[in-house]
Amino acid sequence: MNSSMEQQDAHPHIVGYGTFIKVWLALVALTGVLVGLSASHSPNLAVLGLLVITPTKASLVFFYFMHLKYESTALKYMVAIAIAVLVIFVGLTFTDYLFR
Amino acid sequence: MSASVESHEAAAPAEHAAAKHPAAEHRDYIGAKLGMWIFIFTELILFGGLFVAYGMYRSMHAHEFHKAAGELNVVLGVINTIVLLTSSLTMVLSIVAIRLKRKAQSMIFLASTMVLGCVFLVNKFFEWKAKIHHGIYPGSEHLMARPPGERLFFGLYYGMTGLHGLHVTVGIVVMAIMLTLLGRDKIRHDDFIKLENAGLYWHLVDVIWIFLLPLFYLAA
Amino acid sequence: MSTAAASITAAPTSEPNFYAGSSRQGVLSWLLTTDHKRIALLYLGAMLTFFLVGMTIGVFMRLEHLTMGPTIMKPTTYNALFTLHGVIMIFLFVIPGLPAVFGNFCLPIMIGAKDVAFPRLNLLSWYLFMTGATIAITSLFTGGGPPDTGWSFYVPYSVTTGTNVTMAVLGAFVIGFSSILTGLNFITTIHRMRAKGMNWMRMPLFPWALYATAWVQVLATPILGITLLLVILERVFHLGIFNPAIGGDPILYQHLFWTYSHPAVYIMIIPAMGAISEIIPTFAHRTIFGYRTIVMSSMAIAAVGSLVWAHHMFTSGMSETSIIIFSLLTFLVAIPSAIKVFNWVATLYKGSIELKAPMLFALGFIFLFSIGGLTGLFQGALAVNMHIHDTYFIVGHFHYVMFGGTGFAFFAALHYWYPKMFGRMYKERTAVVAWVHIFVGFNMLYFTMLVLGMQGMPRRYYDHLPGFHLGHLIATVGSWIMVAGLLLMVTNLVRGLFRKVEVPANPWGGVTLEWTVPSPPPVENFDVLPVITEAPYTFNPVSKEQAS
Repeated sequence: MNSSMEQQDAHPHIVGYGTFIKVWLALVALTGVLVGLSASHSPNLAVLGLLVITPTKASLVFFYFMHLKYESTALKYMVAIAIAVLVIFVGLTFTDYLFR
Repeated sequence: MSASVESHEAAAPAEHAAAKHPAAEHRDYIGAKLGMWIFIFTELILFGGLFVAYGMYRSMHAHEFHKAAGELNVVLGVINTIVLLTSSLTMVLSIVAIRLKRKAQSMIFLASTMVLGCVFLVNKFFEWKAKIHHGIYPGSEHLMARPPGERLFFGLYYGMTGLHGLHVTVGIVVMAIMLTLLGRDKIRHDDFIKLENAGLYWHLVDVIWIFLLPLFYLAA
Repeated sequence: MSTAAASITAAPTSEPNFYAGSSRQGVLSWLLTTDHKRIALLYLGAMLTFFLVGMTIGVFMRLEHLTMGPTIMKPTTYNALFTLHGVIMIFLFVIPGLPAVFGNFCLPIMIGAKDVAFPRLNLLSWYLFMTGATIAITSLFTGGGPPDTGWSFYVPYSVTTGTNVTMAVLGAFVIGFSSILTGLNFITTIHRMRAKGMNWMRMPLFPWALYATAWVQVLATPILGITLLLVILERVFHLGIFNPAIGGDPILYQHLFWTYSHPAVYIMIIPAMGAISEIIPTFAHRTIFGYRTIVMSSMAIAAVGSLVWAHHMFTSGMSETSIIIFSLLTFLVAIPSAIKVFNWVATLYKGSIELKAPMLFALGFIFLFSIGGLTGLFQGALAVNMHIHDTYFIVGHFHYVMFGGTGFAFFAALHYWYPKMFGRMYKERTAVVAWVHIFVGFNMLYFTMLVLGMQGMPRRYYDHLPGFHLGHLIATVGSWIMVAGLLLMVTNLVRGLFRKVEVPANPWGGVTLEWTVPSPPPVENFDVLPVITEAPYTFNPVSKEQAS
C-alpha cells in the first residue's frame, strides 16, 4: 500500500483547460444571477439566491476545481459527512433560537 | 488474529530504500491528498462556527442586518468575488500545466493566482479603511450608538472577512513557496501533490468567500 | 509457522530496539524524533507530569473544604484553582489521553505498519501540545493572574474579568490544533497503511476506537478554535459578538463552546473503551463478544454524541422546545455505550479470567463508568436537571466518567502495554495494592459528591454550609486515600523501569500484532510486514508465554 510504483497508477486522468474555463464562466454567470436576484427587492428571490445558487457555485468549485468529481467514493462520502455535520450544528442551534 | 509472519515481503527496491530512511515519509499520493482534504474539513468547521453565529443573530435581528448590509460596497464585493473565482481558475490551470510538462505556463498561472490574491487583499484594505474612516469598527463610539443588530452585523463582518483575509494571506505565502519549488523542479509532472494540495486550500478560501458575498454584501 | 501458537511468538530479530536504534544522540534523538513510539513517550512524560500537578491542585481544593470558612486560601484563590484543575486535567491530560500515548505507540504496530502516515506532522502535534501547555501555564504568572472563570470560560465574565483569560484561552487554542493534527494523522494512517489482508473487519478494536475518535477530533475541535478565538477578539478588540450590552447572546457562547466540549468527552472515552476492548479478551483468554457490534457502537457514539451538547445548558434560558429535543438525543447516546458494557461482561462469561493489574483497572473501569453513565442519564432528564445542575452531583458524575472511565482505562492501558513500551515489568503486588487504594479512595471521594449534590451543595463554591460538612469531610479523606494509591502506582511504574527483569514479546498472551514484535519493538516495528489471514481475537490454549 505504499511505494512509488503505486503513485504512477494513482494519478487520475488529466482534465483539460477547456473544462475548467467553462466552469469558470458558469461561476461568473451564476454570480451575476445571484446579484440580480438580490437586487430585485423581492426577499423571497434573494433567499432563493442564497439557498440555491450559492451552494451550486460552491459545488462547482468542489467537484471541478477541487477535483472531487474524479475522486474516490470514500472521499466523496467524507466531504458529505463534513458538510452534514456543519448543517446539523446550525440546525440544532436553530432549534433554540427559532423557538424562544 | 493470527499473522502469518513468514509472509512474502511486499518489498520492491523502492521500499527497501524507504526502509533505510525511516524518518522520510514514504510517498503516498492518495494519502497526502486525503490528509489535505481532512484539513479542509477542519477549516470548513472553523468558519462554520462563525456562520452559526451569523445565522442565529440574523434570525434575531433580520431587519437591522438588512439595513447594515446596505452600507457595504456591493460593487467591491462582486469585484472581489470575480477576482477570487478567476484566481481559482488560474490555480487549477497551473496544476494542469505542470502535469502536461509545461513548467513555464504552470509558473505563470501560479504567479497570476498570487497576484489576484493580492488584488483581493488590496480591495479589502481599501474597503476596511473606508469603514474605519467613517467610524465603523469594533468598539468605536459611533458603532456603539447604533442599534444592537447593526453592531452585531459589523462585528461579524470584521470577524469573518478578517479571518478570511488572514487565510488569503497565508494562501499567498504558501503559493510563493510552491512557486519556488516549481522553479527548482521539486514539483514535477510526476510529483505534483504539493501543488495540488495548495490548490485545495486556495479553492477552500474561494468557497468561503462564495458564501460571504450573499451573507454580507447582498443581504440588503 | 502456520499454527496460531507459533505465530504469536516473536520472530527473532537482529535489529536494536527503538531506544538504541536512532541516527542521532542524546536529547536531540528525542526532540527531533519522528518515531511514533518515541513521540508517544514524549507525550507520556509530559502528561503524567501535568496529571500530578492537576492532582495536587485537587488535593488543595479538597483541603479548603476541610473546614467551613477560609481554611488555607482566599475565595479568589479557590476560583483560580478550580479553573486550573479543570484546564490542566481536561486539556493537558484527558483529551490527549489514550490517543496521544497509546494511539501513537500502538496504532501503527497493531495495524502492521512501520509508522503513522505523517511522522513529521506527528512531531509537530507534540510541539503544539507543549507550546499550548506552556502558554496556558504562562497565564498563571502574567497579566491579571490565573483565570478564575472555570475551565468553560463562560461569557460575559470571561470577557470582563481582569485575570489572564486571553493567555489561557490562547494556550487551549494551540492545543486544539495538536488534537486536530493527531486525528488527521490517525485517519490517514488507518485508511492507507493497514497491513495486507487486514480489511476493516479484521482491524482490532483499539484502532477502530481511535478511528471513530479521530473523526470527532477533526470535526468538533475547530468549533472550539473559533469560539476561543472570538473570546480573544472580544477581550482585545471588543468585537462584541457575545456582549449582551450590544445585543450579543451569552447563550450563543455556550452553544458554540459545548458543540465542541461535549464531543470532547467522547474523544476522551471512545479510545478508553477501545483499550478495555483489548484488555478484557486478553485476560479472559476469550474472544471478544460481538466484535461487529462494538465497532458500530464506537461509530454510533461518535455520531450521536455530537448531537447532544445543549444538555449542559438546560437551565441557561434556552427555548423549551430545544431542551426537549436535546434531552431525547441525550438518552439515545446512552444506548451504544451500554451495548459495549454488555459485550465486555459477556466476554468474561466462561472465560479463563486472570486478575492481573491491567484487568483490575479494566474491571474497575466497567464498574465506575457504569455509575458515571447512569448518573448521566439522570442529568439528561429535564426535571431532575433543574435541581442538580451546577451542583456536586455533576462534579461526581463527570469524575466517574472522566476519571473512573478514561483515567482508569489510561492506567489499565499503561499497565498492559508497559512491558511492550519499556521492555521492563513493574511489581504486580504493588500495582494491586495501589489499585485497591485508588478504587476505595475514588468511591469515597466521588460517590459522596453525588450525595452532596442531591442534597444541594453547589459546585465551584469555596465554602459550604454546615449541613454539607460531613460529606465534605468524607470526600476529603477519600481524596487522601486515592492520592496515596496514585502516588504508589506512579512510583511502582517508575521503579519498574530500573528492575532487571527480562520481558518476552508476549507476557500476557495477547493475540494482536503488537505482541508479535519484541519488547521494546525495533525502530520500524516489523522486520517483515505481516499479512493477515484470520479474524481478530482468535484465541487458543497454547498462546501464552509466561512473564518471569
